[in-house]
Amino acid sequence: MRNQQATQLLSELSRPGRVAVTWPACDVPEQPIEDLIPGNFLAEQAPRLPELTEGEVVRHYTNLSTKNMSVDTHYYPLGSCTMKYNPKRNERLASLPGIVDLHPYQDESTIQGMLQLLYELQGIFSEISGLPACSLQPAAGAHGELAALMVAAKYFKSIGEDRKVVLAPDSSHGTNPASAQMAGFKAVSIKSDPNGGVDMEDFHKKLTDDIAVLMITNPSTLGLFEKNIREIADAVHAKGGLVYLDGANMNAILGITRPGDFGADMMHYNPHKTFSGPHGGGGPGAGPICVTDKLEPFLPSPVVAKEGETYKLVFDRPNSIGRVRSFFGNVGVLVRAYCYILSHGPDGLREVSENAVLNANYLLSKIKHFLPVPRGERCMHEFVASAAKLKQERGITAMDIGKRLLDYGFHAPTVYFPLTVPEAIMVEPTETESKETLDAFVQTLFKITEEDAELLHDAPHSTPISRPNEVQAARSPCLRADFCDM
Amino acid sequence: MTYLYNTPDDQAAMLKSIGVETIEDLFATIPSELRLQRDLNLPPKMGELELTQHLSALAAKNASPATHACFLGGGSYDHFVPAVVDALASRGEFYTSYTPYQPEVSQGNLQAMFEYQTLICDLTGMDLSNASLYDGGSALAEAVIMALNTGKRGEKVVVLGTVHPEYRQILQTYFGHLGIEIIEVPCVEGVADLAKLEATVDASTNCVVVQSPNFFGAIEDVAAIAEIAHKNDAVVIQSFDPISLGLLKRPGDLGADIAVAEGHSLGSPMQYGGPYLGIMACNEQFVRRLPGRIVGQTEDRRGNRCWVLTLQTREQHIRREKATSNICTNQGLFALRASIYLALLGPGGLKEAATLCAQKAHYAQSKLTEAERLEPVFGNNPFFKEFVLRDTQGNVDGLLAEAREAGILGGVPLGQFFPEMDDCLLVCVTEKRTKSEIDALARTFSLIHSGGSTIHA
Repeated sequence: MRNQQATQLLSELSRPGRVAVTWPACDVPEQPIEDLIPGNFLAEQAPRLPELTEGEVVRHYTNLSTKNMSVDTHYYPLGSCTMKYNPKRNERLASLPGIVDLHPYQDESTIQGMLQLLYELQGIFSEISGLPACSLQPAAGAHGELAALMVAAKYFKSIGEDRKVVLAPDSSHGTNPASAQMAGFKAVSIKSDPNGGVDMEDFHKKLTDDIAVLMITNPSTLGLFEKNIREIADAVHAKGGLVYLDGANMNAILGITRPGDFGADMMHYNPHKTFSGPHGGGGPGAGPICVTDKLEPFLPSPVVAKEGETYKLVFDRPNSIGRVRSFFGNVGVLVRAYCYILSHGPDGLREVSENAVLNANYLLSKIKHFLPVPRGERCMHEFVASAAKLKQERGITAMDIGKRLLDYGFHAPTVYFPLTVPEAIMVEPTETESKETLDAFVQTLFKITEEDAELLHDAPHSTPISRPNEVQAARSPCLRADFCDM
Repeated sequence: MTYLYNTPDDQAAMLKSIGVETIEDLFATIPSELRLQRDLNLPPKMGELELTQHLSALAAKNASPATHACFLGGGSYDHFVPAVVDALASRGEFYTSYTPYQPEVSQGNLQAMFEYQTLICDLTGMDLSNASLYDGGSALAEAVIMALNTGKRGEKVVVLGTVHPEYRQILQTYFGHLGIEIIEVPCVEGVADLAKLEATVDASTNCVVVQSPNFFGAIEDVAAIAEIAHKNDAVVIQSFDPISLGLLKRPGDLGADIAVAEGHSLGSPMQYGGPYLGIMACNEQFVRRLPGRIVGQTEDRRGNRCWVLTLQTREQHIRREKATSNICTNQGLFALRASIYLALLGPGGLKEAATLCAQKAHYAQSKLTEAERLEPVFGNNPFFKEFVLRDTQGNVDGLLAEAREAGILGGVPLGQFFPEMDDCLLVCVTEKRTKSEIDALARTFSLIHSGGSTIHA
């Protein structure tokens, strides 16, 4: 019953003369447009956009949507992405008039409710992180990393130190070294030890006197709490460096341990992960950062302050790095995070992490019997299994397993990340899945490991398309409908 | 936990399978001295009804364009969003999916992104578009990075003084501490001074950054600016207003090499500043230096046309510190909304929307300056939907406070960006503003005595 027209492009569906939007007649005295704007600035014709009826647009995009897996429809154990349930109440509340439609340059007297919300959220993020100062401005996790590294650069400049090195473990997100590079630092990689923690010998070797920042993900991308974190942080501080926490994995430690308490000087949150913002097919996110008091003067401007009963935007911050984004930040994502946190309270947030860790360990306890989990008997909110043995014995890869899961109605885990585990399969169940779903996933995964290798190499078999030719896509890029031979 | 799945029985069974007694045992790897020994100090949990009442009370403290006619602009605009955009973009299959790493179960998002890239190319007249960046300001910074990383040019970045002041601040933040020279060319009468630009741009210039329509609403002579830049082998980066392209020549037709924009006007609400949509389109020469996600067309094993994320060797998850940008999460949902908006409007609808903006803005400019104390600033410049007014009595705050009393958000005071313009305000008129709203604003301004007191007080 699939609608065959649904694979057509807008430009193929378009017919001249079809219209979906009727604008009102102009209610002011009209003048010839050439009298308003000189002809040399005017286009001879409007851009060549498709011409469709409203019903066609609705059917086109509705059919497209049915070709996606999503959290609303499928189990989505995509490691490192925290694909938890996205509460519908947050959508309605973030869409209230007076929230969704505010202009960023409204006078402060007309947005006291919004400023109150943002002020409270700054405090909430500081409390959860154990870091007293907060900027809500960065637009995504990687943007938060960049902003925080700029804060670090400005801080070192203010104390007259020239530090160039940013250290990050080889299991870190690719954004860490990329952000370091953009902020003008030199990214240096630290090895992981056989148990997935930081290799302390390599760490001490690379910890030079010109260390600026150590970026660390804790719990790590392997789903392990870094047991040496305090020693690592102390060593960095002893050299005069700063510790940055990549907060991608905060879902494991809410109310249990705080980055500021284990030695971090700066961190970002991914509210679209930890605090349930919908991922929207790849965004929007937000990347609020929290820092220690000594770094507060360097945070991006503006921040929200409270004077008496009045909330204000503070721009007069002479040591600030300035702006990393226009206007205030990704407020819509922040409002959803605020709603999520208030929906839970302190106990509820801790229970989120407890159940996320319980679910992950339960899966681990079942899966390790047929798919090795090289690093550790226990995990935090996620773990990394390896298909290396299956590949060696039967030629079945992590990719094959991921693709075959799609046939059974499960989204694939993250595969081939982190780079330190061969044939990595990174599973993050999140707390918003039932034991029955986890059991069904385990049974399916086991069944797949017993299946015929050829069947797996050709998987998926039941999805809207089979495996695409990605090499061809990259070799001769076709990046728009009518321009395929670049 | 509000969204509770594990019952006590489930938890007991799971702990047994794991081989531990309590959930607490699972956290044994965290040294006890690092554990938080108290509850987080957060507000107590609220149920949905209570939370709704709380958020509604906060919302009620704000004056929104739902109740106040909005004449505010400066990069964020009160344009109309058709119901279809909300209805389609809020489908869970779009809304709650992630970056399409598994193309077999993401063709909906991938095709939508490919169509977005196509629509943006058609809108701008450029060769290529990525699948979105964060917002107009950071997109401009990414454009400068791309220009700096491409080719053998020098490192001088020339920025016109009429570019959005916040965008210029972002450039300072991104590049100031890296030792890259950013030269701002002061503008005369609210538009680029071509002679000054010509004197500034030289062989060491990497790129020239122009915004048109510019921050003051005026239409810049981008073609002439591009000619000056290209004579010196510099890249032309234009920040544009997507709605304006229903009427104005496209960046690609004017000689821009990279075109960036704040794209939220295309079907997304103002949301107090974000999330928005960073549009980036460019010429073919930048194909392997573009930042962010890019979708390409290919075939599956059965020969079906399909779409995938492509050219990923540019990206951070492959290249780490050698990537073209650190961007990972982008604004997929807002790219989708922009696509649906453009598909609904079509060429005719976009032209009509742009025409309504221009007609109403010009009517508003003449109507508002009927008030004796207000005069047009840079009044001879052609403009699209925004213009600058000067309060000859120097009390912009008083004017705007009176307008608020009358239920109108009357304009953006410019003193916050340009101290020498503290007697000026920027007025924006979109297709949503009606003649009666414009007349009401004019009436309010003309009724005000000096010093901001009113006769109706």
